[in-house]
Amino acid sequence: MGSELWRRIFALPGAARWAVLARVGVTEDAWKAWPVMYRRAVVAVLVGLVALVVLAPFSGIDLAAVYTWIVFAVLFVPPWERIPRVGKFIPALGMLAVVVAYPYYADKLYTLPILGAFPDVHTGVVMLIYAMMALGLNVVVGYAGLLDLGYVAFYAIGAYSAAWFASQQFAGQNPDGSAKHSFHFLAIGIDPTLGGIHLTPWLLLVVGGVFAALIGMLIGLPTLRLRGDYLAIVTLGFGEILPQVARNGDSLFGQNITNGPQGIVPLDTLGFGNTLHRVLGLPANYQIAPNGDSLYFWTAIVLVLITLFCSLRLRASRLGRAWVAIREDETAASAMGIPLMRTKTLAYAIGAFFGGVAGAYFAIFTSSANPDSFQLNFSVFVLVMVILGGMGNVWGVLVGAAFLAYLDQAGLANTGAWLSDHLGLNLDVPKYEFGIYGVMLLVMMLFRPHGLIPEARRKMEFEHGVHDEPLYDEMGDDAHVAGASH
Amino acid sequence: MTSAASTETIVRARRRVNGIAPIIGLGLVGLLVVWLAVNFEKAPALFVKALLIGITNGSVYALVALGYTLVYGILELINFAHGDVFMLGGMMSATLMLSVFHIGSGESALSLWPALLASLAISMVFCGILNASIEKVAYRPLRRAPRVAPLITAIAMSFILQNVAIAWKGPNYISLPINILPHGVVFSIGRNTYTWDALIVVLLTAPVLVALVWLVQYTKQGKAMRATAQDREAAAMMGIDVNRTISFTFLIAGGLAGAAGLIYSVYFTSIRFDQGFQLGLFAFTAAVLGGIGNLPGAVLGALFIGLTQSFNNTLGWHAPGSDWTQSIVFSILILILVFRPEGILGERTPEGG
Repeated sequence: MGSELWRRIFALPGAARWAVLARVGVTEDAWKAWPVMYRRAVVAVLVGLVALVVLAPFSGIDLAAVYTWIVFAVLFVPPWERIPRVGKFIPALGMLAVVVAYPYYADKLYTLPILGAFPDVHTGVVMLIYAMMALGLNVVVGYAGLLDLGYVAFYAIGAYSAAWFASQQFAGQNPDGSAKHSFHFLAIGIDPTLGGIHLTPWLLLVVGGVFAALIGMLIGLPTLRLRGDYLAIVTLGFGEILPQVARNGDSLFGQNITNGPQGIVPLDTLGFGNTLHRVLGLPANYQIAPNGDSLYFWTAIVLVLITLFCSLRLRASRLGRAWVAIREDETAASAMGIPLMRTKTLAYAIGAFFGGVAGAYFAIFTSSANPDSFQLNFSVFVLVMVILGGMGNVWGVLVGAAFLAYLDQAGLANTGAWLSDHLGLNLDVPKYEFGIYGVMLLVMMLFRPHGLIPEARRKMEFEHGVHDEPLYDEMGDDAHVAGASH
Repeated sequence: MTSAASTETIVRARRRVNGIAPIIGLGLVGLLVVWLAVNFEKAPALFVKALLIGITNGSVYALVALGYTLVYGILELINFAHGDVFMLGGMMSATLMLSVFHIGSGESALSLWPALLASLAISMVFCGILNASIEKVAYRPLRRAPRVAPLITAIAMSFILQNVAIAWKGPNYISLPINILPHGVVFSIGRNTYTWDALIVVLLTAPVLVALVWLVQYTKQGKAMRATAQDREAAAMMGIDVNRTISFTFLIAGGLAGAAGLIYSVYFTSIRFDQGFQLGLFAFTAAVLGGIGNLPGAVLGALFIGLTQSFNNTLGWHAPGSDWTQSIVFSILILILVFRPEGILGERTPEGG
């Protein structure tokens, strides 16, 4: 079989590596007998050498690259985990510090070959928001194994619920042209006489999430008893209906709900207000602040950390274990007393919640909610993030999301520019964005279905197979007929 | 269902028939009938026009829906790439008609028909082979993988095919001359005329459908298909080459999509890279509506969807209009899946409940 051959070729690098090393006198056993710190030091030096070879011809080696390597080596080489209690958190916290400080050194970084410059802070915010969405979808697809092709719907719900309650959408108009309705609650930087509903966007992040979760439950309750592929198509249907409702919603029963194809602009901005600014030094208003993008960046980091924490804790909880059980064998899970519908609906609602929060934050960040950003393509885009990184593994999903978001925002355009500069190929790479994602999905599913950084358990499922026949399966064996046999 | 035997012994939670669901369903059908009746009474001419458009649309959907149903019947896989195979078939036949056979507007029947039939044949063969290769590359290696895996590759193939179309024809509509098919009047009802181009659609669709039914019903290969659909393992034990049969099914499904592609491109005279996916979803809805895995059901469902679309777009009295077509069709899909997953024709298929 062809695919078997391919699997073998893919398995080769590990074996080949040891074959080459054995010739130099390093066998696998001897290597493993070395102290861990030496081993890591060797790896770090090798990484540095590879980076040198790769970077030098393109951008030269500058100080920034050296600093990057030093930071990497400091976090990676010393056996931090030997320090009792706090030790295992040190590399993670170090990484976090590096990410948090990103706005301070983003423009001083070197240029990567082919992919181009490191993302700017604005792109960084988008990357983080996408990462949050991918983490939310990971709960549905990765943990519970339900294929959701309409995830963009929750993103849209989040965005619109933020837009409704933080803009002039529902201002109405008096005959004299002034606003009819006006309601303000802790809104920052808004003229108190301005019409429309203006709640504080902090609250709207939660409201967006809760709305999305409620709609997720509404969608989930009737449909989650369908088997996987039917669920996929139903979610896809919702993902197509909601944007259309948003697009046509400027005259829904005579009411302007969504402002139609123009979308709702502008939205209120985030901020802590003048009082907190004076007392605690927190930024008063993100939009006016000179480092607005950085503020959005740090806020997004906090949101991603919360999502990450919830994901990890949920995975380890009773509920998370129930999801995995359902994913692997619905029948057995049900026999063990797991309530299928409730568990699946919860997965759906929690995934929707994070999608909604991400949507609300994105709408506030871009100060608009627009129906054109909620296409099926986007659902698939988020799905690629989850699958590329490794379904079920939050770290893999994070990396996959950041990488794909970067490709989407800048990487593909940079690649196109690089191709035309260096190879003379005049190829409009971003035009083929989704074709590239399609190839990624295909290659991943065929050769590495568990993702680049797989969850051990998920990997096993793909290698040994699972029993995922649905329980709600009403059939006699003779009833299934293809063809006009009647 | 290959592993149905293993689930057999386990107690199944049979879905209880929801007492209120049939009432809601009947209510909706009643409203629909009233709406149609009022529209007919208010503007009979418009109604007949919509009816004729609907039947023509429906026959294109039928060809695509049959492809979904065939593949679903045998592999229980929603072949998301099917709509895009159809779209590539449409582009293929548009290219053939324009650049190879040089058919302009208002050609005589003598030069039109050979070109039409030749394009039909080439497009069918092209799409058939394309579809069978997709199965080989993207679905066959994943037959033992978890269910989501082939679905994901199906989505992936769909995007890849769309990008192939972009690379080939660019992101804009490619159009044929509007009068590529003759628009002469066949018959007229009142002020409504039924023109030749619509008749040609039916004339091309009907033989393809008859040939398909004959193939599935009366040939040995068709028997093998039905056997494989019922129980893959048992079919293999009876000496049926299951892989070949599955490939053959994809070939046939692709051929149908190719035929639909030609008909779509000459009748609607314009096609774009993303239209296949959209139409594919409508066709899938049609297949589900008729009871997936059921050939007459797919045709019936396709006619229903075609009529829904044309009534909605054309009628004047309280019709939501073309802005809402997508939402209406997908709402039908969701309602059917939730309340009557076995489809209109009511066969108990394994997807039920």
